[in-house]
Amino acid sequence: MAKVPVQFTLNGEEKAEFVDAGATLIKVLRDKLGDTSPKGGCNQGTCGSCSVIIDGELRLSCLTLAETCNGADILTTGGLARDGVLHPLQRAFMDEFAAQCGFCTPGMIMAAKALLDSNPKPTREDVIDALSGNICRCTGYEPIIRAVLTAARSNSQNAA
Amino acid sequence: MPLALKTYPTLAEAGSALSDAGARYIGGGTLVVRAANEGDVSLSTFVRSTDPELSVIKVEGGRATIGASVAMSAVARHPDLSAIAKAARAVGGPAIRNMATVGGNLFAAAPYGDFAVALLALDATVHTTAGDLGIEEFLAGRDGRVVAGVSFAVPPAENFRFVKVSRVKPKGVAVLSIAAVIEADAGKVRSARIALGCMADRPIRARSAEKALAGATLREEDVAPAVAAIGEGVHPITDAIASAWYRAEVLPVHFRRLLLE
Ligand SMILES: Cc1cc2nc3c(=O)[nH]c(=O)nc-3n(C[C@H](O)[C@H](O)[C@H](O)COP(=O)(O)OP(=O)(O)OC[C@H]3O[C@@H](n4cnc5c(N)ncnc54)[C@H](O)[C@@H]3O)c2cc1C
Ligand code: FES
Ligand code: FES
Repeated sequence: MAKVPVQFTLNGEEKAEFVDAGATLIKVLRDKLGDTSPKGGCNQGTCGSCSVIIDGELRLSCLTLAETCNGADILTTGGLARDGVLHPLQRAFMDEFAAQCGFCTPGMIMAAKALLDSNPKPTREDVIDALSGNICRCTGYEPIIRAVLTAARSNSQNAA
Repeated sequence: MPLALKTYPTLAEAGSALSDAGARYIGGGTLVVRAANEGDVSLSTFVRSTDPELSVIKVEGGRATIGASVAMSAVARHPDLSAIAKAARAVGGPAIRNMATVGGNLFAAAPYGDFAVALLALDATVHTTAGDLGIEEFLAGRDGRVVAGVSFAVPPAENFRFVKVSRVKPKGVAVLSIAAVIEADAGKVRSARIALGCMADRPIRARSAEKALAGATLREEDVAPAVAAIGEGVHPITDAIASAWYRAEVLPVHFRRLLLE
């Protein structure tokens, strides 16, 4: 199968790889670069578990061709913790029991991060809207919504 | 599944590449990459153009021009397009809105195409590599043309009405969608353009209801003839969300609410 070069930044690190032509970003992230934080739930755009942030915008890595990401800045949940210290969203998801099996969690956290990056003090409705493309089949949405609101509060306390 | 992506600086070059067997234009990819993931073997090459003009929104003299590659989220947040923002916000969840393009929405089969429903009510012009055409004509034969963008007169916010009915809130696939541009003089409807989604395989105009609305006020007793006519000529789709029967039954209910809102 034809290989094509792709080059982008993943969680702050330069990456350059030869990938199968037409490969989706999730395949490249997981199988080539070893970042298994984006999960492949449906490969149809409906579950949100593969959500990543590309150039500041939430996107679905299962519907994104890796080749279209040349030069892009890509963030995944796998890159959030710094030196073993969890990101406030990760901490809040733990504290609020917002994960059960955890399959949806990396996508939820990316969707939440995209929200908080543009709207640091969201309302409950803002959170519900921001998570509306992400499906959770076990925790139930209340703890997840609570976790995002908690993270937003702890961010604004730290900033104060 | 051997696939390839071919990228061209101009839309004309991309258009020529589409004549190869198995070639499909890719905008945001939310439908075509999904089709490839599902094993659609008729697809072998994605073709796109990175012409920056395709990603531009221009609003000048009351007329908006939106490039085919502009995403729904960019339409939704554009300060000069706030009158029609809710139609762009109706598409998918946040990640889909960042990817779904205006060009791709014009080709989406029902139950998708919510923004195209709005464009039909706006009587948009579709700019293609083979020239400009009215959106109704475009939608009638939409295959085979490469879209550069759309343009339309931006209506005053109070003249544009839009509703997408879905079972899952706040996002969810449409049971139906309705867009209307209604101009009134002294409370009486002077002209109305009404477009429906999910009432055929592509967005359609509700001409009988438009006629019935002319001269009426938007009051309960006056809108009844238009509400009675809204289902004329519709052939709703049946899918996992709703049957054709259900869609036809609830159409007048939602249309009436939209008129009286
Ligand atoms: C989970 C999910 C939820 C969705 N929800 C909604 C929704 O609520 N409402 C809705 O309307 N849609 C919805 N969609 C469908 C889709 O995302 C949108 O219709 C979107 O606007 C399609 O645009 P795209 O750029 O992603 O299209 P693509 O997948 O890139 O292309 C779609 C079709 O259009 C053609 N095409 C694209 N651009 C051009 C062009 N410039 N010239 C010629 N042909 C072109 C392609 O060849 C292809 O046939 C949803 C999709 C998914 C996966
Ligand atoms: S795997 Fe991408 S949305 Fe489900
Ligand atoms: S925690 Fe299991 S799917 Fe959400």
